[in-house]
Amino acid sequence: MKTRDEIAQALAVCGYIADAELATAISLMQLLKRPLLLEGEAGVGKTEVAKALACVHATELIRLQCYEGLDQSAALYEWNYQRQLLAIQAHRGADADAVEDQIFSEKYLLERPLLASIRRERSPVLLIDEIDRADDEFEAFLLELLSDFQVSIPELGTITASAVPRVVLTSNGTRELSDALRRRCLYHYVDYPDVDREARIIMARTDGASASLSLQIARMVEGVRKEELRKVPGVAETLDWAAALVGLDVRDLHDLPETVHETLMCLLKTREDRARVTREVTERLLGKVA
Amino acid sequence: MSCCGDHPSFEEIDEVSRLVAAKLSAFLKTLRDNGFAVGLAEGRDAASLMASGYAVRPGLLRSALKHLFSARKSDWEKFDGLFDAFWLGKRVRSRSMTSGAATAANSPSLKALQDNGEISGSQSATDQAPSADDAPEGRGGEGRMEGASRAENLAEVDFRKLADPEQIAQAHEAAARLAKAMRTRLTRRDLARRRGYRLDLRRTIHRNISHGGVPISLVKRQRKDKPLRLVVLLDASGSMSMYTGVFLRFVHGVLDQFREAEAFLFHTRLAHVSGAMKERDAARALDRLSILAQGTGGGTRIGESLATFNRYHAARVIHSRTCVMIVSDGYETGDANLLGREMAALAKRCRRIVWLNPMMAWQGYTPVAAGIRAALPHVDLYAPANTLQSLAALEPYLARL
Repeated sequence: MKTRDEIAQALAVCGYIADAELATAISLMQLLKRPLLLEGEAGVGKTEVAKALACVHATELIRLQCYEGLDQSAALYEWNYQRQLLAIQAHRGADADAVEDQIFSEKYLLERPLLASIRRERSPVLLIDEIDRADDEFEAFLLELLSDFQVSIPELGTITASAVPRVVLTSNGTRELSDALRRRCLYHYVDYPDVDREARIIMARTDGASASLSLQIARMVEGVRKEELRKVPGVAETLDWAAALVGLDVRDLHDLPETVHETLMCLLKTREDRARVTREVTERLLGKVA
Repeated sequence: MSCCGDHPSFEEIDEVSRLVAAKLSAFLKTLRDNGFAVGLAEGRDAASLMASGYAVRPGLLRSALKHLFSARKSDWEKFDGLFDAFWLGKRVRSRSMTSGAATAANSPSLKALQDNGEISGSQSATDQAPSADDAPEGRGGEGRMEGASRAENLAEVDFRKLADPEQIAQAHEAAARLAKAMRTRLTRRDLARRRGYRLDLRRTIHRNISHGGVPISLVKRQRKDKPLRLVVLLDASGSMSMYTGVFLRFVHGVLDQFREAEAFLFHTRLAHVSGAMKERDAARALDRLSILAQGTGGGTRIGESLATFNRYHAARVIHSRTCVMIVSDGYETGDANLLGREMAALAKRCRRIVWLNPMMAWQGYTPVAAGIRAALPHVDLYAPANTLQSLAALEPYLARL
């Protein structure tokens, strides 16, 4: 077992700056072999956790993006119908049983993310993104898969996991998840990072962002988040803005208040928010950055 | 464990582990009492994680157990306080405690306001209503008659005319029945409309193997309809006090029967009450709401409540087949312009807005209150809802969504 400091360091090498609690969560994931459920506002870096985890273990990341109406054939497996039809035509006149055995063999099976994740030699990271968008029925099905890591395909038999994948689920809270799923998972609430951590994230992710500029940006974003906004900017938006400022060759936010105000469009994504953060507000926020 | 110089004997280790296990199970009980969903598997995992070195520092153990035992954000926020109180013996300064204290402090004044609210409520009712206009003479008398026709008559009586507790109970029953009936009929229509529109290749091939693979009989995939979602915003201010009881019961029925429904109460602020309403037993659910249901001081800030709704709840509870039902008399004590703006924002999000106004059926009522005037342009259906009959009349409208 790795200690949580080692895990935090390994994540940092992969470009993800984790807090101590998240590192604990990941070490627990390994110890207890439970999936990790991440909840939090949009854009706080939930998906990035899975990517960084895959990077730490130098293993494949298999991603299943959930949406309304997601079903088994898009998530688990599907037969390759075109090839099956061709095969049936080609073997016309042959023994029907033999043809059937042939067209329902491995060769004609298309694996989808869930099946792929349990058939790998080395245990991959399985990211089930935005599980709250999928239907209740799919959630129940997923629960079954996550408890025994085996799948039965009627035509082929049962496939058991060769290596148990590390599962990360994310949720934005558009729908309340079932208690059963919640109970099976470790839970971590991903919050907006504090100024110090956000500055480190900016430095890790944006080329050419100096320490002082990163700190200024982080402070400024913290100020913006405290305004009454309809859509609070996440870490992804912060990084966009940092990249924009670096690209425009801004070294210090106080040098070019005009540019700062104009580039705020990277953070503010609705018309109301844009109207609310006026030039005066920007100046007031800049004044606090120091 | 090897803190002392001498190695402890096996009996001693046994004794210690028994003590730890007992303490852990007591902690699990504390968590369950605080609404955490903790099962046996979690207890076992907790024990194995304490055994594998997470118990060396309280901070580490707290963080580890927090991930294991929490299942939602509210648990997540509550956990640290509970942990500290149980294991470290600190005074709990967590959210749960302070909020409990706050209600305790508030309740006397709440009660006082409650009484005031009722008085002002009845006063405003008598001010506005010409006596006995919409409940024809003799109806009240008939209500006391025995027999099956009773419910029938109740259907046309204005809710505020119901005085007899027995009648009220009947109205409640009827409201719940109505909600149930609406649910079944709405779903049935959805199912009957189903039609396949996509080819299901998998089943097609299976069926046509006997034709040598030539797809002769095609199998279509059936389309799954999104069920209608109903979001109810119920005004529970003083001026609505005559109606809240029946509507709460109706909303309870709706939540119980519709698979997708959410309920909110508002007076001067907005409260999400779906959780309390999901209680199976209607009386218990209403008990849980009794504090929220009474307007604290009689004012209604519809605009501000809607703003809260749009800001924090709308994204979660509204999808493309959502009908928002606002039950209110439209007496806005806050800013009417704000109400107009928020109604516009809400109208952009959802499919339909239904505004039920119990006062609409009163003789001589015209929507002149500033609040209702600002809101009306954004409302798709503006209907009275002062009798059971008028509630039932909504169903065909909802079915067409």
